[in-house]
Amino acid sequence: MQFSGKRKKLIGSSQNDLYGHCLQFYGQPPLDNISLAEFETLAVERLKLLKTVENLGVSYVKNSVQYSKKLEAEFTSLNFPLRTELGDQKVQGGTSEYEKRRKDHISHFILRLAYCQTEDLRRWFIQQEMDLFRYRFNDLSSKYKTDFLHKNNLKYETVSAEEKNILKDKLINSSYGLSGITVEEYDFYKVPFQDALDLVRTRKVYLLAGNAYIPHSEIVTIVLNDFRTRLSKALAMTARSLPAVQSDERLQPLLSHLSHAYVGQDYSIQKNIGKISLEQIDSLSGKSFPLCMRHVHKALRENHHLRHGGRMQYGLFLKGIGLTLEQALQFWRSEFVKGKVDADKFDKAYAYSVRHMFGKEGKRTDYTPYSCMKVILSNPPSQGDYHGCPFRHSDPELLKQKLQSYKISPSGINQVLELVKGMHYQLACQKYFELTHSVEDAGFSLNHPNQYFTESQKLLGGGRDIKKEVEMSQKGQENPSSMSRPSQESSKQAHEEMGDLDSFFQDE
Amino acid sequence: MANEDYNPACLPDLLPLYYRRLFPFPQYYRWLSYGGVSKNYFQNREFCFTLKDDIYVRYQSFSTQNELEKEMQKMVPYKIDIGAVYSHRPSQHNTVKSGTFQALEKELVFDIDMTDYDDVRRCCSAADICSKCWTLMTIAIHILDRALREDFGFHHLLWVYSGRRGVHCWVCDDAARKLSVAARSAVAEYLSLVKGGEDTVRKVVLSDPIHPFIKYSLSVVERYFPQYAIVEQDILGSKESVDKVLAPLPEDIKKDLTTFFQKVKNPMERWEELCTLVEHKKSSSKKGGQYFDKEIMLQYCYPRLDVNVSKGVNHLLKSPFSVHPKTGRISVPIDLKELDTFDPFEVPTISLICEELEKPRTDEVEDEDMKDKENEQDAGERRRIRDYKRTSLAKYVKVFDNFLEAMTRSRKGEMLKKSDLQKDF
Ligand code: SF4
Ligand SMILES: [Zn+2]
Repeated sequence: MQFSGKRKKLIGSSQNDLYGHCLQFYGQPPLDNISLAEFETLAVERLKLLKTVENLGVSYVKNSVQYSKKLEAEFTSLNFPLRTELGDQKVQGGTSEYEKRRKDHISHFILRLAYCQTEDLRRWFIQQEMDLFRYRFNDLSSKYKTDFLHKNNLKYETVSAEEKNILKDKLINSSYGLSGITVEEYDFYKVPFQDALDLVRTRKVYLLAGNAYIPHSEIVTIVLNDFRTRLSKALAMTARSLPAVQSDERLQPLLSHLSHAYVGQDYSIQKNIGKISLEQIDSLSGKSFPLCMRHVHKALRENHHLRHGGRMQYGLFLKGIGLTLEQALQFWRSEFVKGKVDADKFDKAYAYSVRHMFGKEGKRTDYTPYSCMKVILSNPPSQGDYHGCPFRHSDPELLKQKLQSYKISPSGINQVLELVKGMHYQLACQKYFELTHSVEDAGFSLNHPNQYFTESQKLLGGGRDIKKEVEMSQKGQENPSSMSRPSQESSKQAHEEMGDLDSFFQDE
Repeated sequence: MANEDYNPACLPDLLPLYYRRLFPFPQYYRWLSYGGVSKNYFQNREFCFTLKDDIYVRYQSFSTQNELEKEMQKMVPYKIDIGAVYSHRPSQHNTVKSGTFQALEKELVFDIDMTDYDDVRRCCSAADICSKCWTLMTIAIHILDRALREDFGFHHLLWVYSGRRGVHCWVCDDAARKLSVAARSAVAEYLSLVKGGEDTVRKVVLSDPIHPFIKYSLSVVERYFPQYAIVEQDILGSKESVDKVLAPLPEDIKKDLTTFFQKVKNPMERWEELCTLVEHKKSSSKKGGQYFDKEIMLQYCYPRLDVNVSKGVNHLLKSPFSVHPKTGRISVPIDLKELDTFDPFEVPTISLICEELEKPRTDEVEDEDMKDKENEQDAGERRRIRDYKRTSLAKYVKVFDNFLEAMTRSRKGEMLKKSDLQKDF
């Protein structure tokens, strides 16, 4: 296909111009002609790379040694460019560096087409591309970093020696690993705090009068901010020109397939709706709820109240396991009226938000049950809150006591706590699953509280708690494209996914 | 915190009078128009009225000050909330194509509510406050006000007593009103030190290096802590509360302290011993950077923000000069110059100011009224100004006036700068 409408082939020197650095800012769309087959291959491979980035970001601390190692392996196996110089391109028969860079360039632009269509897709794509970029930029030697800034014309205001001297102590105390000498030697950049939000949020920079003072070692933050701004503008533009692409009947199905590949099972389709009775909830919460839900459930029963964060997390989970709107209203009302809220007040102040969760009020968006990542990363609990992930948000000591009270063996508790210490919260939860269900290997990789529930019910035979049909429909929901799994599994999965795509194209 | 002069049952009778003769509409309109610089800024602003029996009426909007006045006098809201400035008139949000009606701007706001301090207050709980725990709000304002000005470079901060058990901050600078959701949450997180819910014992964790922002905040907390926490709250006075204070400490220090506390009952000496032990442990450990004493101080005194309120652009927040239906107190701006003596119990209730209005006056009112006959509207305006000036509301409207004046001044400054620049070319 022809990419940008201009039937122009790039020639020698400008090729090198375009790919003069192993990292790019993707300022110019590619002008090449490519076949539909290549189009597809490039897109799928970048998608695989982005999925890996996403999965690693969940399982490991970003930019930790393990994270980087695994990501590097994926770069090599998928032939994406990393830190090599263009000069060393003659590698024994392998893909040349030029081809890698071209692939990086074109595949990025293909996914822009597929991922510009909705707010959700854009957000996902930007997030993964940013993580990818951060990793690659950090991986560059200092010389190449400067080179990159230079080539892409990125200039930032530096702090004068005089000002650095005045602020010396403050600069040292705002960043890790800085000393008086490094402050003198290294460049600091002054940017509006809005351009360095991640550093502001974590208090890793000095702030004065609305400016963030960024040490050279953190310059990736400003570059990334630029990257994000440009990418999100570009996606908005692409979205506007999309109708033309969509009218291409060969591309349209491919693009929509690509964009659907990103989300795992979202547990918002309720095939098991109405199969659970309210009386079962107490017993289910002990047997099949993950700890996060068991906790909010207990807190709700004890306090007859939950604050907003808890209501959202738990309410959507309950929706996901199959409560109907009527049941949900009854459930919340009967609990709240035992507390300080009377039925009338409930109907006025809370019923709305329950209906909202089911998409019956307001914007009528059908809210999706929270994934582990969402529970773990967004909206941490504060005073008076019981939501969140106990593996992430409880003090280890309290978690230990809880596990003891649930009769987990001391060695089991140690294993769980060990995983928590390494910040592998979902793995800790999975270990807890294995311990409480007496299985050696859970046989799935946990990424959603509703998945925990489904898997638990499957193991417990489901029969006693939920009627047969549910089990069936859960099988139906076991979507093979739930791709958010740790890397080993995921490459296998992605192959299946590609098989799918292949067959799709043979049909044409 | 019941107060003798206010009875919630009278609210329906008092509100019409309040909205007719006391509510500072001109200033209010002036505030939310922000100098008329951006088109339709006031017109596209959402107001939410809470009527009798908790009936919420969202998406109210008004085209002029006059319309706002008329509507408020007609609907007589129990409570007024302010929302975002939208892409279209909120009152017409149903008629615009779905998806195009969007919240564009809003002041950056903070909500500090005393109920969030329940685990560290011994004097009161839930919605109750007293002059002892009010110190927490004073500390909060000192810390946040400094940081928002010096660290973030904002100038136009309006601090408002919520009317019951907390304070709100409205950051009104242009740049603040334009902040994205991500930026708002980053600011709120930068300002949050106390983390964790019911399941967290050690809610503040400090490590080296200590960021300048935390140092400043600590210096404020340290100023209040001994008198407030050790003496007034007496947190080291009873077994139960001692256990709570010591909970986040490492076992060895805990043990030593428990022995020490058996001998020594004086709370201040107990606290000093705690600090000594922490200091000692710190100097003898290679790791350095253990700040258990400071962490406790922050856990007990550092401001607790409701991050969700600050994050959302379309979040509603109770308006200044709205009445608190339970206490009857007016939500008034706080004068930071007198922050340390601000007493929430001195804030006038609607009954008080309505009563003050009814009191016969001795001066030359009649006379002027005659003169103003020709120009009814003007007279109305002027009379209202005289009206609130006769009540205890006057002093708080004055604070509001000063705030507005400062904004106007800096807006003019900006405009001069711009036109100077143009002349240069
Ligand atoms: S890991 Fe997921 S399912 Fe398990 S407790 Fe945390 S949020 Fe819940
Ligand atoms: Zn009190």
